[in-house]
Amino acid sequence: MATTYRRKPTKAEIRRQKMEELVMFPIDWLEERSGLIGGLKYFLFRNVPSDINWMQTLGSAALTAFLVQAITGVILAMYYVPSADINPRTGKPIAWESIVNITDHLTLGWLVRGMHRWGASVFIILMFLHMGRVFLFGAYKYPRELNWIIGVLILVNGMMEGFTGYLLPWDQTAYWATVVGINLNGTAPFLGPWLAQFLRGGQEISGETLTRFYSLHMLLIPGLIIGLITLHLYLVVRLGVTSPPWSKEAAGGEPEEEDGARLRPGLTRPVPRPSGASAMQAEPGGQE
Amino acid sequence: MEPEQPSPDTEHESLPEETHLPSPTLYPIGFAIGIVVLLVGLIINPLLISSIGAAIAIVFAILWAREATAELRGEPVVVEPERRESRATAADPHGVTLEEVPDNAVTRSVFLEGATLGLGAAIGGLITLPVAGFAVLPGFLGQTQHKVDLGPIEKFPLGKWFISTFIVDPAEGEVSRRTVFLRNNGNVADPETKQQVPSFTIISNRCVHLGCPVQANGPIGQKYTGTASFKEHTLNGPVEFQSVIPAGYGCPCHGGQYDPEGNRIAGPPVRALDRYDFEINHGRLVLLSTYSVSKVVGTGGQAQIYKYKDVGPGEHVDGPEQFFYPINPPHH
Repeated sequence: MATTYRRKPTKAEIRRQKMEELVMFPIDWLEERSGLIGGLKYFLFRNVPSDINWMQTLGSAALTAFLVQAITGVILAMYYVPSADINPRTGKPIAWESIVNITDHLTLGWLVRGMHRWGASVFIILMFLHMGRVFLFGAYKYPRELNWIIGVLILVNGMMEGFTGYLLPWDQTAYWATVVGINLNGTAPFLGPWLAQFLRGGQEISGETLTRFYSLHMLLIPGLIIGLITLHLYLVVRLGVTSPPWSKEAAGGEPEEEDGARLRPGLTRPVPRPSGASAMQAEPGGQE
Repeated sequence: MEPEQPSPDTEHESLPEETHLPSPTLYPIGFAIGIVVLLVGLIINPLLISSIGAAIAIVFAILWAREATAELRGEPVVVEPERRESRATAADPHGVTLEEVPDNAVTRSVFLEGATLGLGAAIGGLITLPVAGFAVLPGFLGQTQHKVDLGPIEKFPLGKWFISTFIVDPAEGEVSRRTVFLRNNGNVADPETKQQVPSFTIISNRCVHLGCPVQANGPIGQKYTGTASFKEHTLNGPVEFQSVIPAGYGCPCHGGQYDPEGNRIAGPPVRALDRYDFEINHGRLVLLSTYSVSKVVGTGGQAQIYKYKDVGPGEHVDGPEQFFYPINPPHH
C-alpha cells in the first residue's frame, strides 16, 4: 500500500504504513499463491441489481440456518450415543439417556440441543419461504431452471434430515413416528416395500435402524446438502441475482466496464512489471 | 494471433522465474541437527549435550527466521536462477520436433487418456460395489426367523382371550418386544389329515394401516374379565398374559378399527390384522413367523383364512391393488 506524500511523512504515518504492510503481507502472500482472496472479493463484492429487496435475503437466511444446524449438530454428536441397548443400571435405552443427559445435566446442553431442534424447523420454513420468493419473482425462469431443480433437491434432502433426525431421541414419539413414516414409504407402489426395508435395515425397526439413521443424518445427507449448496451458490454467482418483477431496470444490462489499469482482483498492490515482459508479450503466438 | 494487451494473468506468468524460486538454504538442516543433538543428549548427558543441541537449534532457528523474513523486512533477496539445458536449434526454435501423425492413430496421449479413465473406473468400481452392497444387502439377506416360546398350552383356558407381550430376540433386547392377542380354540380337526390338533388364534397387534400398535377394546384383568392373568418364564424370558374380553381392536394413530377376529370394520386399514403361525413343541406353544390375512370368515377354530405371504402394513394382498406390489423383499 504505497502512499505518496508531498511532505515528509511523520513518524506516526511511517508507523501506520509499516503496520499496513505487516497486515497485508500474509494476505498478499496467500493471494499470489492461490487467488483465494480475489475469489472471495469477487464473491462478496459482485454487482447485484440496485432494486433488490429484503425478500432476496431469504436464501442467505436458509444457508445460515443450515450452518447453525451443522455446527450444533457436530457438537451434539460429541455427547449423543446412538444405541438402542438398555442400560442395565437404569433400565432405560442408552440413546434416550444420552439425550436426557444433554438436556438436563450438561452445561448449556439444553441450549445447543434446543437450537438444533428448533433450528431444524427454521431451516425448513426458510427454505419454503425462499422457494416462494423465487416462484413469485419468476426467478426460476431461463436461465435459472437448473438452480430451481438443485434447490428442490436441497429441500428434499433437508426433509430427509428431519425424518432421520426425528428418530434419534429414541422415545415413544420418535419410535412410532418413524414406524409410521417408514411404513408410509413402504406403501409406495412397486419399490415401496424395498425402500422401507432398506430404511429399517431389516424387516423390523431395531437398533440397526437407529445407527443407520444416525449415519444418514450426520454424514451422508449433510454431505449431499453441502455439495448441492455449493452448486446452488455457484449458479447464483454465475447467473446473477434477478430483479424484482416490478423492476424498471432493463433485463440483461451489464454495467459499463471502467477503463484504466486493471488490477487482478484481490491484489492490493500492483504486481511489479519486469522490463523484459513487454518484449515477450509482443512475440506472436509466444504466450497464448 | 495478434499481440494483445497483456492480461493480468499472463503478466503474472511472465515475471522473471527466479522471483518464484525459494532460495536454497541450509539453515533448516542445521536446526534439525540441533534438535537431534538435543534429543540424543537427553539420553546421554542431559545437562551438557542437550544444552549444546539446544544452542545449535536456537542459533539456526534465528538464522532461518531472519532469512525467511528477509523479504518482509525489505532486505534484498538473493536467489539463484533456474538453469535448464536448451534443446532449441536454429531450425527448431522451440526444441520440439513435430511429426506427421495419421488421424486415426492411437497416440500416446490417447492411450494414456483411455488407460487413466479405464483404470479409474475399475478402481472406483472395485471400491464402490462392495461398499454399496454392504450398505444395502444386510437388511435383505440373512433375516432369521425367531421362534418364541410362550409356555405349556394347558395354561390357556378354552375360548379365553389374552394379551401377551414378549421379546422376540433376547439378543436384540427390548426393541424386539411384540404384542399378540391370543385365544385357545381347543382341538379342531385338521382339514387335510382329519386328525384332532390344537388350534390357537394368535393376532399380531401391528396395525395394517401404517404399523402402530392396536389396542384391545374391552375390559382387561381378572377383576373385569373373571379370568386370571398370569406370567410364564420361558426360553424367551418372562412373558405376560393379561386376560381380556375384546369387542374388537382399535388403533390410536389414525383410528383403524377391527373386529375380534381381526377383520377391518372401519378406518384406513387395507386388510385384516396379521396372524402368527405356531407349532406345539413338547406341549408348549411356540410362535413362528407372521402371515398376512385379507379376510377372516367364521370365528375361532372354524374360521376360514387364506394365508398370504407376510407383507408390510398398508399393502393390499388381494384385489386389483395387489398388483402395485408384484415383488416383495425376501422374508424369513
